[in-house]
Amino acid sequence: MNTADLNAPAIDVSGLECGYDGNVLLKNVSFQVKRGEIFFIIGGSGCGKSTLLRHLVGLNMPTAGAVKFFGECFNSATGERQREMLKRIGVLYQGGALWSSLNLLENVMLPLEEYTPLNAAERAELACMKLTQVGLSGYDGYYPAEISGGMRKRAGLARALALDPTIVFFDEPSAGLDPLTSRRLDELIVNLRDLLGMTCVVVSHELASIFAIADRVVMLDKQQKGIIAEGDPRVLVTDSKDVRVREFLGRGEDARQKEPSP
Amino acid sequence: MPETITTPAETRVQLRTDGGCMLIELQGAWHITETRPTWPAVLDGPDPTQIKLVWGRLADWDSALLLFVYEVRQWCRTKNVPCDLSALPDAMQKLLHQLEVVNETRIVSDHSRDFLTFVGLAVQDVWGKTRESSTFLGECVIGGIALIKKPHKFRWRDCVDEMQQCGAMALPIVGLISLLVGVIMAYQSAVLMRQFGADIYVADAVGLMMVREMGAMMTAIILAGRTGAAFAATLGNMKAGEEIDALQTLGIRPVEFLVMPRLVALGVMMPLLALYANGLGIFGGMIVSLGLLDIPPTAYWVETQTAIDMSDISTGLIKAATFGVLVGLAGCHRGLRAERSAVGVGRATTSAVVMGLLLIIVADALFAVAFNVLGW
Repeated sequence: MNTADLNAPAIDVSGLECGYDGNVLLKNVSFQVKRGEIFFIIGGSGCGKSTLLRHLVGLNMPTAGAVKFFGECFNSATGERQREMLKRIGVLYQGGALWSSLNLLENVMLPLEEYTPLNAAERAELACMKLTQVGLSGYDGYYPAEISGGMRKRAGLARALALDPTIVFFDEPSAGLDPLTSRRLDELIVNLRDLLGMTCVVVSHELASIFAIADRVVMLDKQQKGIIAEGDPRVLVTDSKDVRVREFLGRGEDARQKEPSP
Repeated sequence: MPETITTPAETRVQLRTDGGCMLIELQGAWHITETRPTWPAVLDGPDPTQIKLVWGRLADWDSALLLFVYEVRQWCRTKNVPCDLSALPDAMQKLLHQLEVVNETRIVSDHSRDFLTFVGLAVQDVWGKTRESSTFLGECVIGGIALIKKPHKFRWRDCVDEMQQCGAMALPIVGLISLLVGVIMAYQSAVLMRQFGADIYVADAVGLMMVREMGAMMTAIILAGRTGAAFAATLGNMKAGEEIDALQTLGIRPVEFLVMPRLVALGVMMPLLALYANGLGIFGGMIVSLGLLDIPPTAYWVETQTAIDMSDISTGLIKAATFGVLVGLAGCHRGLRAERSAVGVGRATTSAVVMGLLLIIVADALFAVAFNVLGW
């Protein structure tokens, strides 16, 4: 039953091929995410970032390759085991994806209600604490329609954290947010990682966030249908051999002029 | 915090006594999804005079451990027992502090209201809704005037699309239900008429009921469920997606752009569908009469023609057109006033159908009185 390896990386993707209806969008995608790392999946619009994320969290099944969490293969696991594994994974969707008929407290409490033996008072206490952790204390009774986009994302994060996940996936956390709110969300990600030791995988093309908090990135490319760079973005921006990577990370400036020193 | 997605090792709390101080050693794996030991269960014996929590060999831990430590601490506070947490790591201390702050500052809101407040809010709500509905009705009248004044500006293409949706596409269901209604009415009246040897009057009963009442009514009920709900869901979703706001900022009246084509479509298609329903209802009666009463179709048709005149048909059609507009109004109004959420759209759809049906019945009752007074 217990096949997880204590020294294995948090996520190990090998030879992943993703696609819909016979169209291959990504092929031969391989990378590893270390424990406690803030890892970014970056790339231009339409390069398959969100598709990759959907395949990582099991919303779509890859056509080839494997995704391992802590050394245990997710794709080949039984349905029951996959559900067990998903309990330890949190996902923050682009718009927060809160359930509109429940208030914020109920939204965060629902996973606790489904999966934990806690009583109602403990669930409420924990849910309130999660909301406080994301800076939403006092908003427990609000409904998703009554709060701003940034708050919805933070509430979505509180819900993603409800079951104390070991890995949290973020789908475009800064999309549609002002720079300040976006920076606060970045700080929140770092703080939570430092406090709770989670592994964070962020899908984004926000350069400010990438340079501020990413430990490592992989860059996807639409033409190549796969990874074209992997490493520290601060190093890649100047030292990558691929002009597309330097151009992307260097805010589209003409990177051709700045060939990396041999 | 936790670092594996494994099945947890045994969760354990070991108690030791060290010179009058109870040492609570936390061990194993603590997962929130598993059952954890509770403090009253662990403390099996006399109350200690001093407690110290010790970080033992912990595989991994999460909020389950936090809740346990919090429980111990709260117990110590109520029993006035000194509790030493200094041996716990920083992360645990921070989380404990956060949980404490939450509990101190959390206000349990009281939603109970006294009777007067309740009545006051209800009155305010009714007044608000009445005003809102009147405004919508007013906007529709303005939209109607604009349509007459500038027909070339009307969204004819949308209107035709809607006619296709609410008219042509509804033919099978309206046809089937009307045919069956005709069959049912013929059966019911045949039982009665046969006792008096007045078999042929089944044709009169079915014809009159269909043309004056049931044709329009059944069509309206079907369209309230089919089209009224669709209008509310479409407009509600458009509102949630800020499409209505986009129209308004362009200076386009949503009522003229979205509501009028739908109202016209329903107002035109409903009488046509009612006529079609009348025909099939009469046909249903004809089949029953032939099979059950041996009345030849020609005789049935001739009898129907003598029973029904143009005034009967026109009253049915006036009703149908009115019902069509009412169903459209209910659907569009609820859709435009929907809350911007999935639940809001669901509520709008439900209330559009309920409101549509209510309006149909109320209007039918008023028509019954009015036609009686007028002698139509």
